[in-house]
Amino acid sequence: MGEPRKDDLTGRETMGHDFDGIEELNTPMPRWWLICFYLTIIWGIGYTIAFPAWPMISGATAGVLGYSTRGEVSEQIEAHEAANAELVSELVSVDLAAFDPQSDLHRYAVARGASVFRAQCSQCHGSGAAGAKGYPNLLDNDWIWGGALEEIARTVRHGIRNETDTDAHWSEMPAFGDLLEGDEISALVDFIPTLPVADWDSPGGVLFTDNCASCHGDTGLGDRSQGAPNLADAIWLYGGDPDSLTQTVTYSRFGVMPAWGQRLTEADVRAVSAYVHALGGGE
Amino acid sequence: MALIDKHVILERSPSLLLAFSLSVVTIGGIVEIAPLFWLENTIEEVEGMRPYSPLELAGRDIYIREGCYVCHSQMIRPMRDEVERYGHYSLAAESMYDHPFQWGSKRTGPDLARVGGRYSDEWHLDHLIDPQSVVPESIMPKYGFLMNARLDGDQIGDLMATHRFVGVPYTDVQIKNAYSDFRVQADPDADWDDMLERYPGAAIGNFDGQPELTEMDALIAYMQMLGTLVDFSTFVPDASR
Repeated sequence: MGEPRKDDLTGRETMGHDFDGIEELNTPMPRWWLICFYLTIIWGIGYTIAFPAWPMISGATAGVLGYSTRGEVSEQIEAHEAANAELVSELVSVDLAAFDPQSDLHRYAVARGASVFRAQCSQCHGSGAAGAKGYPNLLDNDWIWGGALEEIARTVRHGIRNETDTDAHWSEMPAFGDLLEGDEISALVDFIPTLPVADWDSPGGVLFTDNCASCHGDTGLGDRSQGAPNLADAIWLYGGDPDSLTQTVTYSRFGVMPAWGQRLTEADVRAVSAYVHALGGGE
Repeated sequence: MALIDKHVILERSPSLLLAFSLSVVTIGGIVEIAPLFWLENTIEEVEGMRPYSPLELAGRDIYIREGCYVCHSQMIRPMRDEVERYGHYSLAAESMYDHPFQWGSKRTGPDLARVGGRYSDEWHLDHLIDPQSVVPESIMPKYGFLMNARLDGDQIGDLMATHRFVGVPYTDVQIKNAYSDFRVQADPDADWDDMLERYPGAAIGNFDGQPELTEMDALIAYMQMLGTLVDFSTFVPDASR
């Protein structure tokens, strides 16, 4: 280890290392780099003074700017709500039965409802609202609990067969596997797809009249007041093939929808109902 | 610059450099981490939080085992878009009984911090068996095999005792009744009143529709509880956060 010395060729100082005659020049960091480096340190100190940073005994320094993450998010939400306040107050007070589909408010409701639908409803009813097995298609005009705007809003608000809302739509088909014999269920399964042009004197027809007509109607057209689906159209919630029908008749079905009134604001409930109503099947 | 020149001593001795690096990192760690254990506002006081019910705890273990956290976070950040989509931002108190917490760091799928009660039990079952049957655009793998894995619950009391060891306030009564609580939560016909009293807000049901108690039951019971416990009507956000 030698002392730093002046390098003859470059005129610069060496570091003082010497390995087999190989030496290293002492090349300091460029001045602009050093200035930036010290500036970041100063910036960092200023930042911890301006914003919440230093942990103390029972809390952290609050920062002179008074910033808080939660304060910011609630400010943003309030600003957004204030910007929409007029439309929202109109939307929550509008009479759904007489909601003018040409009005600006309706356009606002549908646009707002579309985003609510994507975030909350699409997981079951599909991003295109076409549904899936067990989750109704909302594009067609086949409604189980009613397709008028206020009826859709009621279903959204209270849900179906959930335990959390006492006003939820509630109906429960018996599991006919406990009530009928196997061949009777087979006869029903053969009969149901022939609706509405059906042979009412066939064994299946008689069984239908005795067991199913009280809810699904004398001609199988369904009854929305008790959520009994129309069996005379070609639209099936759980499938219209013999296997699915046997399953449905034997074990019954029990589709549940959460009560969205507990999770969404009234404006969101109305907006998403307007959106679903406007998808094509609304009555 | 005399002090700076002394740095040469550290640079020339690997052992000293190691020891001093460690001490610097330790000081940094103590300053950043240690106060969190004493700060009163780290975990704010909220109404409604309780330790997991035995079935939920078993479901949580399956959640961890299957690596759900790799694609799903459980952390709604305080930003307007997240709050609009998922609900109230997550609180530290909501994961205070998590060992380890399931915040996650990546969202290939959506956040699950408040998925509880958002979908029906049947949806969860359909979705876990075949995610694409309800969400065609999903890339989530199928978890139908959970239906075939029975859970006997023999060790559930021990599991809860272990959690108590690391700080979860399970009572002796809860641990004593662990096995029966574990069974009745997945059996709507059983007498689950005591279980519900010990674990308010627990979802009860035969989640997978099978007579046996399977991993599917446990996982759905866990997910149907997620984010539903805190009573936000009594929650006052701490202004300093």
